[in-house]
Amino acid sequence: MSYPAGYRYTKEHEWIDVSGGSGAVGITDYAQNSLGDIVFVELPKVGDVLEAGKTFGSVESVKAVSDLFSPVSGTVTSVNEELVNAPEKINSDANTTWILKLTLTDASQVNGLLTAADYEAFISEETGH
Amino acid sequence: MAEVMELRKTALNGTHRTHKAKMVDFGGWDMPVEYSGLIAEHMAVRTGVGVFDVSHMGDIQLRGPGSLAAVQQLCMNDASKLAAGQAHYSAMLYPNGTFVDDVVVHCLSANDYLIVINAGTREKDVQWVRKQIGHMPGVHVNDFSDYYTQLAIQGPKAAETLQKLTSTDLSTIKNYWFTWGQVCGLYNVMIARTGYTGEDGFEIYVPSDEPTSSRVWGEVLEAGKEFGILPCGLGARNTLRLEAAMALYGHEISDTINVLEAGLGRYAKLDKPSFVGRDALLEIQAAGGPKRKLIGLEMIERGIARDGYPVMALDGTQIGEVTSGSPAPFLKKNIAMAYVPVQYAGIDEVVAVEIRGQMVKARVTALPFYKKPKKTA
Repeated sequence: MSYPAGYRYTKEHEWIDVSGGSGAVGITDYAQNSLGDIVFVELPKVGDVLEAGKTFGSVESVKAVSDLFSPVSGTVTSVNEELVNAPEKINSDANTTWILKLTLTDASQVNGLLTAADYEAFISEETGH
Repeated sequence: MAEVMELRKTALNGTHRTHKAKMVDFGGWDMPVEYSGLIAEHMAVRTGVGVFDVSHMGDIQLRGPGSLAAVQQLCMNDASKLAAGQAHYSAMLYPNGTFVDDVVVHCLSANDYLIVINAGTREKDVQWVRKQIGHMPGVHVNDFSDYYTQLAIQGPKAAETLQKLTSTDLSTIKNYWFTWGQVCGLYNVMIARTGYTGEDGFEIYVPSDEPTSSRVWGEVLEAGKEFGILPCGLGARNTLRLEAAMALYGHEISDTINVLEAGLGRYAKLDKPSFVGRDALLEIQAAGGPKRKLIGLEMIERGIARDGYPVMALDGTQIGEVTSGSPAPFLKKNIAMAYVPVQYAGIDEVVAVEIRGQMVKARVTALPFYKKPKKTA
């Protein structure tokens, strides 16, 4: 499994790819693997205001529902409509399949997120290997 | 420090872990929920063949000249109709007509019956059997649950797969019949044309030592290779039985649900002179039948109904709860079953399922959702 070095991560297994004042958000390879076949994504709406650490939607596998938590505060500028009919894209490529894009209200929040190395360490602790 | 109950394991536990299966606690058992992926496993069973380790299920033997009378008293279906080599779906009931467990009763002979029971209710069922019929003359009860590794080989290619491993002519075994034969070089293995997937298939019962179990498992996978066989876990087992609208204990049947509500009255032979629960069912019938009914639901708006979600009439009143709900991988719809008052149970009635605070519309459908295609001769 891979975790792009340029992204930042949360303990809830989301990633954010920030450039300038905007970011793209998705879920990690670890998350898609744990979930199994993803069959449904509940997307936010363009214009929604998100708060860091609060839920903005969910991802569902056949067996389970998993809430999605926003890594940062901001306003949604676009959502990945492809995921309505092809949610399994997240399984095939979690690292490039973004779920939403947003403009950040406070870019400094990114510094509080995990680096790829931190995230990998966090997962090994969680899974015990 | 909290005490951790060690999970029970089937003989194939090591094999599942070697396959890198995702494991889950199922009723106290450490079982594989999926191997390569739930959807792929589900589709393998619907279009080719899949193999399941179902050794966690239990096996109760009733033997002796009084065993038929005991089975008749214990189970609601009419076991006197079973020929040697025949099996049927049945259930053990509480005196109030609700379920102790659903079972498959196999008649080995007039003096010898094998009752296959659910994994989660093994101990409860054995105690129940001993208590209910232990006093009856000429019947001896044995718990053979740990004696067998039970493999379910299911799908349109199941017969061709298993035929490579046995000298028994599988075409002579009709649905819900069983026999004894040579399988994978083992003598006297029970081969039953039974299953829990809605497809054709077999269940084989082999000795439960690990070397035998893993060898047979490996040979089944090898035999099924040309048909795309996959090892299948409990995840696919659940979606397959749900599409086929087969009941799961603790969901569609339980100790608070009676046979008539569950729509299983055709398996309860009320003209038998006696069985535990019979009187209660007759009373329910005399009072005009069950007041609620098990229905099928198909989501017509976007959303997945899941176990426990409230079912609502369109005016917002709650009328029931989802017993089992999930995406259906073969049917490519989101389906569910639920109990609702009979007035809401008409086909095409529109109701709503409350999914995390949102009312999402669903349509009442006929059961089962899926029926396997009829084989053309």
